[in-house]
Amino acid sequence: MNARAEAPRRHRQSAGVQLILDFLQRLPPYRWTQARLVRWGLTGRTLVTAVPYFWLLLFFLVPFIIVLKISFAEARIGIPPYSPLLNWVDGSLAQIRLNFATFQNMIQDSLYWKAYLNSIKVAAVSTLFCLLIGYPMAYAIARAQSTWRHILLMMVILPFWTSFLLRVYAWIGILKNNGLINNFLMWTGLIEQPIVMLQTDFAIYVGIVYSYLPFMILPLYSNLEKMDLTLLEAAADLGAKPFKTFLTITLPLSMPGIVAGSMLVFIPAVGEFVIPELLGPSDSLMIGKVLWQVFFTKRDWPAACAVAIALLLLLVIPIVMLQRAQAAEARGAHR
Amino acid sequence: MKQSSTFRLSVLVFGFAFLYIPILSLIVYSFNKSRLVTVWGGFSTQWYGRLLDNDQILDAAWLSLKIAAINATGAVILGTLAGLALARFGKFRGRTLLSGMTTAPLVMPEVITGLSLLMLFVVMEAMFGWPAGRGVTTVTIAHMTLTLAYVTVIVQSRLSTLDDSLEEAAMDLGARPSKIFFVITLPIIAPALISGWLLSFTISLDDLVIASFVSGPGSSTLPMVIFSKVRMGVSPDINALASIIVLLVTIGVITAGIFLARQEKRRQRDMQMAAAAK
Amino acid sequence: MATNARPQQQLAVWNDPQAVPYVHIDRVTKKFGDFVAVNNVSLKIYKKELFCLLGGSGCGKTTLLRMLAGFEEPTSGKIFIDGVDMTNIPPYERPVNMMFQSYALFPHMTVEQNVAFGLKQDGVAKHEIRTRVDDMLKLVRLQQFAQRKPHQLSGGQRQRVALARSLVKRPKLLLLDEPLGALDKKLREHTQFELVNLQEQLGVTFVVVTHDQEEAMTLSTRIGVMNAGEIIQVGTPKDIYEYPNSKFVAEFIGNVNMFEGRLIEDEPDHVRIDSAELGGTIFVDHGVSSAPDAVVAAAIRPEKIIISLERPEQADNVAQGIVKEIAYLGDMSVYLVQLASGKVVRITQPNTYRHAEASITWDQTVYLSWHASSPVVLSE
Repeated sequence: MNARAEAPRRHRQSAGVQLILDFLQRLPPYRWTQARLVRWGLTGRTLVTAVPYFWLLLFFLVPFIIVLKISFAEARIGIPPYSPLLNWVDGSLAQIRLNFATFQNMIQDSLYWKAYLNSIKVAAVSTLFCLLIGYPMAYAIARAQSTWRHILLMMVILPFWTSFLLRVYAWIGILKNNGLINNFLMWTGLIEQPIVMLQTDFAIYVGIVYSYLPFMILPLYSNLEKMDLTLLEAAADLGAKPFKTFLTITLPLSMPGIVAGSMLVFIPAVGEFVIPELLGPSDSLMIGKVLWQVFFTKRDWPAACAVAIALLLLLVIPIVMLQRAQAAEARGAHR
Repeated sequence: MKQSSTFRLSVLVFGFAFLYIPILSLIVYSFNKSRLVTVWGGFSTQWYGRLLDNDQILDAAWLSLKIAAINATGAVILGTLAGLALARFGKFRGRTLLSGMTTAPLVMPEVITGLSLLMLFVVMEAMFGWPAGRGVTTVTIAHMTLTLAYVTVIVQSRLSTLDDSLEEAAMDLGARPSKIFFVITLPIIAPALISGWLLSFTISLDDLVIASFVSGPGSSTLPMVIFSKVRMGVSPDINALASIIVLLVTIGVITAGIFLARQEKRRQRDMQMAAAAK
Repeated sequence: MATNARPQQQLAVWNDPQAVPYVHIDRVTKKFGDFVAVNNVSLKIYKKELFCLLGGSGCGKTTLLRMLAGFEEPTSGKIFIDGVDMTNIPPYERPVNMMFQSYALFPHMTVEQNVAFGLKQDGVAKHEIRTRVDDMLKLVRLQQFAQRKPHQLSGGQRQRVALARSLVKRPKLLLLDEPLGALDKKLREHTQFELVNLQEQLGVTFVVVTHDQEEAMTLSTRIGVMNAGEIIQVGTPKDIYEYPNSKFVAEFIGNVNMFEGRLIEDEPDHVRIDSAELGGTIFVDHGVSSAPDAVVAAAIRPEKIIISLERPEQADNVAQGIVKEIAYLGDMSVYLVQLASGKVVRITQPNTYRHAEASITWDQTVYLSWHASSPVVLSE
């Protein structure tokens, strides 16, 4: 179909804004500045690109290079608490000292390994549960009546706009020994003694699944909602039973949504700090928490930077998968 | 058929119960007289009164709101520029890098972003003496770096669905590129910019991890104050604070929802009228 | 190439070698990477013409139009409008306006603001803008919709706003990209005539891009048929239909029966083609410029063949076949007749009387005949 011929979209009146902008552009300083910039070889285009470019280089890319450098430095007491990588002798670069000790420590110290593997396990299990809860919900919303669909979708997004920290905090009140669940169970007489749930791994799972469920539902919903329902009718017409249709048609077609949603849960869950800190046991090993402790408690900056690099390496594959899934979704949208 | 709709209904009931019971429990317990939060001691609004007397929380909230507002404004400006460059300037040198740098912060664990920015600020201070110490400036810069990525994605996707013959038509009718941006493009993508602003504002207001790394003494944001209190266990005035936030957000989202629904309805009616009046 | 003799045409500006072209496209090529979108196209368009670029999708017609508007730079070659070289002149400084396929109406502006936009860019005085916009809206019968937004208009009204907006600046040249493509069939027919009237009234030169041959035939003074980035033939609608210069044009415009054969008799005033497909010879009453013995094709339009049950006397060309299909279309009927060679010939006959030719039915043996002036001899 012809994309250009579609009806104009929704828009907002802004005659007032337009008037002001029109006026500003007639002022001499605007014209003067424009003429000056063009004379310097700065066209609007380069300026538009250069400003965010410079910002991101300075505040996003350079910091990573610094982290990488510091992870190769030696810890020492002082400010800043690491040895300089570059020694300036007679105004020229004398030597670059790379110190692999931090990484050697990390490999030898089982604490880091356990945290590394445990983070992957926790994130993977949480992702699976998010999928098990999120898929049916996304499916149900996508197949609801259109008036309901918007309301339900809004209800999925709404918690996302309230404070993440406070939503995690709410679970303390629910899970603790004299919390909502235990009070209820004891009131019904099902249990005599409260079940210990707070400060267990179970609480971490609940917290992650709860916090990241919307990230699973939204990409799945947008995938399922786009799906051509006549495909399902065709399958039914050709004799497939509903469950078979789901397995052979709906599920394979929603694969990009599943991958995108899973990665959107898995990636932040691996580096999660707040949830294990507030809900988990005090000795819970999550890599984000370890990084925090190494940095704030031990004040070992090179080690913290090394942990960050290790965490980043762990996330390379999931990030690539996420981007592929999103590209596949984007292609699907153009069909 | 009947069976499947019952299944879908129960899925939704269960799912939304899971999403909303914790939030509702926060609100209910905020009216609890007892200090023990989860043990019901009668109805009371005393914790709301206490909250208003708590200068530490109020100061932190005010600081967070200021940072969030400045951050959102800056992020919208930078993100719009980046989105415009990515969506409209075709292939230019370094486009891949720019595109990578605007999507990477979205998936970067907060601990890494926070740590690396802190390292940068420390190095910069040592080399140039700026930024002197950590505080509002560093938190704002850190938040802008994160949230400009969100705005870029929003603007870029809005522009890519915008018929580019609109901009060509304006050029054909005699408008120069800079003017086209202000007179045609900007007014049309304004709703996307507003949602980008709100998203940036909320993310900044909500951020604990990055702020913990890059803020300094005397510039504790609201999440940092909440976190330090919550670490000690539940506390009823936090419930009161949570209830207020939930209330504000709900009002905001519902108002926006009603507004959009009305606009949509009016548009539908206009289009029907237009079709009939052919 | 076979050039068929044709009757003398009325003296038109494009036949006058002295005439100065208004738009001169001089050996223009446009490449996108390795893909050649427009290949060495030269074209002269004269003042007050309504010129149609006709071709299938991807033939380069839109790229050519966008180069006239200035949205694309030619890879090589030059474009002159009213004698001025357009190289390095940006779109916003060209005396050219364009009506977009999607109309590209600014959604946040009213009809009036949309139409006034171009004049405002030129810094035209306020009161003049007002009168010119009013006049223009009156011309396209949209005065009462001046305060509406584009989404409050029907498709036909939007099309007229787009037209008004591009005409209000009195461009030297108006470019129209599939101007009627988004309208339904009934409205399209009506709007075609409206567009021609408006063009004659205002005297603006139009260049229209379309893939719809019927639209091109109705609108244009001349048509340029394009294929794979090249202009295949330029001519009036009648030229293009009656005297196509190639098999491509003959088949692209309307339906045609093509008989392959060899030139066995080549005289200045007539030729004979021996065609195995027809199972006989074709007599053509005009000379062609092909070499004797050359392999050529005789193209005959379906409406120029007469179908009858009796063998017609005194016919220049006669063939015999069996009726395989009959399609009754209301205003006419289509017959598919199979010849002894297996070749299927398409014939259309107007249904002049209610029961005309009712006697012809399936599997009957019929005779096909046509006048010696009807075939067009094509060699490529």
